[in-house]
Amino acid sequence: MVNIKNLYKEFGSLMAVDDISFQVNRGEVLGFLGPNGAGKSTTMKMITGFLTPSSGSVSVDGDDIVNDPIKVKQRLGYLPEGAPAYPDMTTIAFLDFIAEVRGFKGREKSRRVDETIQRVNLDKVVYQSIDTLSKGFKRRVGLAQAILHDPDVLILDEPTDGLDPNQKHEVRNLIQNMAKEKVIILSTHILEEVHAVCNRAIIITNGKIVADGTPTELEAKSQYHNSITISVRAAADQANELRKSLLEVSGVYKLEALSEGDSGLLTYQVFPEANRSIIAEISQHIHQQKWEIEEMFVNKGRLDDVFRTITTGV
Amino acid sequence: MRFSQISVLFKRELSSYFATPIAYVFIVIFLFLSGIFTFYLGNFFALGQADLSAFFTFHPWLYLFLIPALTMRLWAEERKSGSIELLLTLPVTIGEAVVAKFLAAWAFTTIALFLTFPMWMTVNYLGEPDNAVIAAGYLGSLLMAGAFLAIGSSISALTKNQVIAFVITVVVCLVFILSGFSMVLDFFSWAPQIIVETISSFSFLTHFYSVVKGVIDLRDIIYFLSLITFWLFCTAIIIEMKKAD
Ligand SMILES: Nc1ncnc2c1ncn2[C@@H]1O[C@H](COP(=O)(O)OP(=O)(O)O)[C@@H](O)[C@H]1O
Ligand SMILES: [Mg+2]
Repeated sequence: MVNIKNLYKEFGSLMAVDDISFQVNRGEVLGFLGPNGAGKSTTMKMITGFLTPSSGSVSVDGDDIVNDPIKVKQRLGYLPEGAPAYPDMTTIAFLDFIAEVRGFKGREKSRRVDETIQRVNLDKVVYQSIDTLSKGFKRRVGLAQAILHDPDVLILDEPTDGLDPNQKHEVRNLIQNMAKEKVIILSTHILEEVHAVCNRAIIITNGKIVADGTPTELEAKSQYHNSITISVRAAADQANELRKSLLEVSGVYKLEALSEGDSGLLTYQVFPEANRSIIAEISQHIHQQKWEIEEMFVNKGRLDDVFRTITTGV
Repeated sequence: MRFSQISVLFKRELSSYFATPIAYVFIVIFLFLSGIFTFYLGNFFALGQADLSAFFTFHPWLYLFLIPALTMRLWAEERKSGSIELLLTLPVTIGEAVVAKFLAAWAFTTIALFLTFPMWMTVNYLGEPDNAVIAAGYLGSLLMAGAFLAIGSSISALTKNQVIAFVITVVVCLVFILSGFSMVLDFFSWAPQIIVETISSFSFLTHFYSVVKGVIDLRDIIYFLSLITFWLFCTAIIIEMKKAD
């Protein structure tokens, strides 16, 4: 539905967006990840028609944002970074204005506005002017504005930035509830968020896409993927023996000691050779050695680890 | 340009003037200064004429400072607060937004000007003025205000800083006023007549005073309307170029 082709944006000598292409379809919630300055916001500004690309194209169902801006904008909802609004308007006046610009009139307009106020829990601040609202409420007003016309494509630039955990949870629920019938693209640098709401993630850095896949696929790129954390009840002086024995298990590539103190517990992280699963082998080994196991689990991999590896090249 | 979109934006803009004390402060100052200029500086009573020429004579000078104060926030504030990003990703074109903002500012000025009606009542009470001339004066004043506003709109689009917008607008408007001043024209007396006439033809004063005299010449009206169009066009171009900064 949303088709982004070879998008570039130059600011002077800086290439903020450097050949980005991807496609998103209905039902996909795409998380846009990347360190600060990666080009996430710039990309979103081009998708929503605020910035004109230096080259490349953005289209929604074949309609180009540059050639057919009004038609595309009617189908887009956009929450810009920082959720700007008109501070001296009240919540209700602002949403009324948005509804009118979106072409709603009379009863349909009030219905949309009321419904949206319910949906994002703005009842308490309906008659309050926006500049007196807390950050959480301001963000919700921004969200309300973006979803009022039930857009096919929703672009959210850091929708949960600066919210407290409860508010984050609420916003994520809201996004999940809308996910089925829409294309949702959201940027974030909170990785847990990707797990919570996205079914696809794109990592960008220096204006380029460096990874694209489901959160699970991305996690699989982690060196922790399929590694095993194991805690054995044993004295500290047995540590050397234990390590050696673990390293001899078939498929084990290396191991890291997490704690070898005097607590009577020796904890290790055991890494498999590439693309191998070693849980069966390790289990069997433990059984043979008759070790007393306190804890053992397989790691799926950590997104933040993948993120760091990819974006810093370490 | 779609009228429906312009009218929605216009409504929001106009009501935003009244959401803060700005509107009331502006109107009070406008009325107060109009009174001072007319009655004291303009020697309204001493002239013994029942007309409003003293009142209108000072309008260019009144506008020189008041209109930039009105227009400085027009676009600068949108850029500063980031709401421009919201505005321009709604289904409206830059042209519609420019026109709507301008019309709202113009309507606001019209309201302020309308509130000077006690002056008109006063002269009608004191004597028998030519009300057609007075109507022409109001028309000329509105047209000139429109030109000031359009200039202010462009300059407000150039910067995020409202103070800078104010100062530059005053300077540019001053140029448009002074180019009709006899002192300035004398300065160009060495130049061929045609140049002097061209300079003077660019002046607000030349056109404004001819309308105020009650001579409604289509050329004066066209002058102001084309000036407005030109500056609004510039505003749109400036916003298109500078919106991302
Ligand atoms: N209007 C602009 N003018 C110049 N440089 C800009 C502008 N907007 C963004 N940039 C630069 O482009 C890069 C990408 O910025 P941005 O898209 O905001 O990153 P992100 O949202 O991923 O943090 C940054 O280096 C930023 O400084
Ligand atoms: Mg950003």
